[in-house]
Amino acid sequence: MSYFAFLAEHGTTLLLGTVTTIKVLVCSIILYVIISMIFGLMRLSKNPIIQGTATVYIEFFRGTSLLVQLFWAYYVLPFFGISLEAFTAGVAALGLNFGAYGAEIVRGGILAVPKGQWEAAHALNFSPAKRIKRIIIPQIFPIILPPAANLTVELLKATALVALVTVVDLTFEAKQINSITWLSAQCFGTALLIYYFMSRFALVPFLRWLEVLAAKKVGRGKV
Amino acid sequence: MEMGWRWDFAYEILPQMLWATLNTIIAAGVGYAIALVVGLFFLLGQRTPSKIINFINREIVEFIRSTPLLIQLFFVYFVLPQFGIKLSAWLCGMITIGLHFGTYLSEVYRGALEGVPKTQWEACRALNFSTVYTYRRIVLPQAFPIAIPGMGNYLVGIFKDTPLLSTIGVAELFHAATAVGGYNYRYLEPYTMVGIIFLILSVPAAMWVRRLEARVNVAQGKIKQ
Repeated sequence: MSYFAFLAEHGTTLLLGTVTTIKVLVCSIILYVIISMIFGLMRLSKNPIIQGTATVYIEFFRGTSLLVQLFWAYYVLPFFGISLEAFTAGVAALGLNFGAYGAEIVRGGILAVPKGQWEAAHALNFSPAKRIKRIIIPQIFPIILPPAANLTVELLKATALVALVTVVDLTFEAKQINSITWLSAQCFGTALLIYYFMSRFALVPFLRWLEVLAAKKVGRGKV
Repeated sequence: MEMGWRWDFAYEILPQMLWATLNTIIAAGVGYAIALVVGLFFLLGQRTPSKIINFINREIVEFIRSTPLLIQLFFVYFVLPQFGIKLSAWLCGMITIGLHFGTYLSEVYRGALEGVPKTQWEACRALNFSTVYTYRRIVLPQAFPIAIPGMGNYLVGIFKDTPLLSTIGVAELFHAATAVGGYNYRYLEPYTMVGIIFLILSVPAAMWVRRLEARVNVAQGKIKQ
């Protein structure tokens, strides 16, 4: 069977899987960004309980493997009476795991903003909320976006794991086609290429664009 | 089926889990050793004067880095036999992990080499040292400490990615947990124990890497003074 015949027969299935992969990716990006903001700020809290909670959370999710967390969310939570759908369990595990890494990036970004900025905002009698929103956050974006971009590319790769808890994504479809046809080179090769193109020609350029945008914004503010 | 945690069951499967942990540690160690060497080859490809080799090397690294390890595992495990190369699941897993993390380690090496000030090279040139001597006695001893934190991070990273090997049938910790869980139809204890074992092993390792990093930073600062 030629490669084109293979694509004609199984291309649609793989594309449908790709759509699911993109859905998983988008949902888990949203979740992980929110979680990293919250826990990144909590890590910097002066309240030992809040800070301790964040530290335990981060160490826990960075210390155990993502696959273990996924299986735990999908196969073990039902023992406690919480049955999650495969998609929800997958997104939750990805979001929680990457949120832990992201929180450290956010923490580093906030610490990298010069102390004078905080003091100046304080001196100008800005409220704490306004200080964070108008002064600090615009400045941390150019700092945290490059490492966050790396993390997001890692996240795209990690979405492949949700196939193992029966989410019908690109990896799942490739595995399925492989077990029916045994055309391993074609189906896994195509899956690899799709992941590669998604990362190299869609996700990475988008993240670079965000980086440039964030840098420009602060640059304009400075002038 | 009984709900909630059962200590007797957890105790019963503990020896089995601990043996499997040994396999996980071996897998991580061997995979890491291969990755260290593969990283050197990618580094070599990066630093050869030939532009074509540089380009090919960069594209290969980029491709491996932007595709999931899981599918790479499947690819190696299922496709090689079609070309008449029959390898065990262990070997396939080690090769794939070695290749995948080798690309990351080559970046660590590159960063470390670039961290050595250019004046060091110039001084060696002025003293008429050969390239080999320069690398061996001047550049590498300075680059190595810079590379240590990155290398440590990827050791922990490989360790945390070994559960993926269970998908192609390598009998490591996660595989054992799935097998025990399937046999007794209880996943709560096995998977929780896997998580705890991973925590016990990787949190101290990560802390140790962070300490090393801090110490290297201090040492680097001292060199600059």
